[in-house]
Amino acid sequence: MVWNRKIAQIDLTSNSINFKSISKSLRTQFLGGRGINMYYLYNLLPARIDPLGPDNVLLIGTGLLTGIPALGAGRCDIAAKSPLTGAVGDSNIGGFFAPELRFAGFDHLIITGKATNPCYIWINNGEIEIRDAIHLWGKDTFETQELIRADHNDEQIKSLVIGEAGENLVRYANVRTGMKNAAGRTGMGCVMGAKNLKAISARGTIDLEFTYPDQLLDYCSQMNNMITGSRWAKAQSKWGTLIIYSNTNTTGLIRTRNFQLNRLENGENLEPEVMDEYTIGMSGCYGCSVHCRHRYILKEGPYAPIFGEGPEYTSLGAFGTMIDCKKMETVLVANHLVNKYGIDTLEVGGIIAWIMELYEKNLLSEKLIDGLNLSWGNEEVVYELIKRISRREGYLGNLLADGFLPSISKIGKESEYYAMQIKGMSNLHSDERPTPSLALGIATSTRGADHLRSRPAIDLYGLPEDLLEEIYGAPMSSDYTSYKGKSRMVWWQELLYAVTDSIGTCKFQTVFCAVHAPKFEEFSKLIDLATGLKISKPLLMEIGERIITVERMFNNREGFTRKDDKLPERFFKEPTPLGFPIVKGKKIEEEKFTKLIDEYYHLHGWNNNGIPSDETLKKIGIENKLQKNV
Amino acid sequence: MKKFLFVNPEKCSGCRICETVCSLHHEKVCNPAHARIQVVKWESSGLYIPMVCQQCEDPICETVCPMNAVYRDEKSRAVLINYELCVGCKLCVTHCPFGGVILGIDGQIKKCDLCDGDPMCVKNCEPNALQFVDATTINFLKRKSAAQKFSELMLKLLSVT
Repeated sequence: MVWNRKIAQIDLTSNSINFKSISKSLRTQFLGGRGINMYYLYNLLPARIDPLGPDNVLLIGTGLLTGIPALGAGRCDIAAKSPLTGAVGDSNIGGFFAPELRFAGFDHLIITGKATNPCYIWINNGEIEIRDAIHLWGKDTFETQELIRADHNDEQIKSLVIGEAGENLVRYANVRTGMKNAAGRTGMGCVMGAKNLKAISARGTIDLEFTYPDQLLDYCSQMNNMITGSRWAKAQSKWGTLIIYSNTNTTGLIRTRNFQLNRLENGENLEPEVMDEYTIGMSGCYGCSVHCRHRYILKEGPYAPIFGEGPEYTSLGAFGTMIDCKKMETVLVANHLVNKYGIDTLEVGGIIAWIMELYEKNLLSEKLIDGLNLSWGNEEVVYELIKRISRREGYLGNLLADGFLPSISKIGKESEYYAMQIKGMSNLHSDERPTPSLALGIATSTRGADHLRSRPAIDLYGLPEDLLEEIYGAPMSSDYTSYKGKSRMVWWQELLYAVTDSIGTCKFQTVFCAVHAPKFEEFSKLIDLATGLKISKPLLMEIGERIITVERMFNNREGFTRKDDKLPERFFKEPTPLGFPIVKGKKIEEEKFTKLIDEYYHLHGWNNNGIPSDETLKKIGIENKLQKNV
Repeated sequence: MKKFLFVNPEKCSGCRICETVCSLHHEKVCNPAHARIQVVKWESSGLYIPMVCQQCEDPICETVCPMNAVYRDEKSRAVLINYELCVGCKLCVTHCPFGGVILGIDGQIKKCDLCDGDPMCVKNCEPNALQFVDATTINFLKRKSAAQKFSELMLKLLSVT
């Protein structure tokens, strides 16, 4: 059965490897992927450990449905205590690694301890070996994957790897696979680096068995037709996530010059059509019928030739609007560099934009400036900073490699106001001042400022209110600048995304940007056909609640409370200067926003300080605050 | 009208849904190692080419088979293997120039059977890199894509003059 599969416990200190199976009760309570990872994260870690020490645990978890030919079901979830925030560290990655890990015989890996020398984990058809990685240390993320394939003379090996940023313990180093896929956020690559773990590689030909294969195949086709039938997927298939720019930059929902403007004037050269010049085709992850990534070639310029995949809307903001650079080439080069070094595009873009604003405001000492010209739009300094941060070169590079909070304390209190971060993590380049629902999501996300934890993107469409009520189960305003009912929207999306991350399908292929997309009901049927487990919609929502609550309990234990669910001060002080009439002049209203947070806690069954009540824990079956015996 | 499985690598997005549905349909499990079709990838240059049996008019697999186990199905026009005659000598695997006949991980010789005339890979290929079309359609598609390039060239020439 697909649910009854193996976990490997790998201790890098003692070189020991043990196998155990996943119990049915763990499956029905946490599904897989992010859910099971969160269960182990809470249970295996004592409070307040050093995320860079051997005590931290690195969890790799494939989703319950990873491997099916639908909805981009090629995802796995990587978790640890975050070295960037000190809170839940968790990042989801697509591509082709996760199914390969399942074909190699494992669903979850629990990696503990620290290796004496650089090593990589080699997983091949049920067998696991810890191998020397001295020859891989210092290699970029592309070379590393090829070298491992050469080691075993097998081109079909798939790997999760770190680049120089991970080796150098940059606190927002990511984990990468393929040309583009990244578990980008919360510094999971830094945790690998701290364990001297350069890569995890898998190859396998073991069957993934399902309960009702014929019906599953038929239903997978239906699901793919459902998502590709949406206008959102049709746009994605051609333009990728870059299409979002066309909308947000017109409306005024995008950050420019860090947080100074909410529209990029004369930004035509960042429109998705510009990519036609560089694109040779689109590319999809495993089991994806949407294929949202460009395959591009950059033939000219000092870094050419570059073959790459992407860029995402995220990189377009990080290396376009946020630093006031209006050239697609800059985005393509920077996208290539962050992928090569293995560093989070969003975090590094956010931190560079912040430094540029501090430079403009004369808040940087000569020592910090380090001889650099940190003016807006200077693409060369962006490339230089990506390199310096990834390699911890120079005073500034080494400082920024530690992330926002340590940098603020070194640069000075005044710099804090300009840092667009929550819980120590940078926000996407979206401007949430006109959109209370989106603002609530980034303030309360368990992993710091983040748009992938609970964003109700469909709020921006102004959908009919009866349709919103049908989806979310209660009345709410269809005006995206309104506060009415928006806490429920965020709560519902948060549960949906927790389930999506646990079954291993792609967030773009559920109700995220597409309205008529698979959600709880369809997931329930997929789980039944694949595994035979009967998990109804209410039970799936309860599982989502359980996962979020465990994440909340982890953060509470680390000292995070309501005071940390806060937006940067600028959201309340500076009204948006540009945009459509409905968007212009907007800031977050403190009183109404406080009420939104109250409502949001209430929906989760947490008290006013964001602590889950005993009654809630009992309801979702974690009465004893989870047991140690795992 | 004869229908053919027509592969257009330019449209392939590399998602491997074709491999997985092939395995799920034929073997009732997800495992690309069983798949009769495979997307061969050059990841670092972005080249994806789906490889599958071409259902040759004069199949080499049929020619080399010492047991006469390879035959053409009259209805679907697929080249099939009669497992009652097949002894697993693998000569077909060795001689097929396309890797169209494979040696399964269970030791059995396998090849594309066009799913009895309704190929699952085609049904599930969203970018239409795989199509199941008749001969005239293939000819037209090839001519159209060549004409497209030709018309672009003409436009460029005309805009210069």
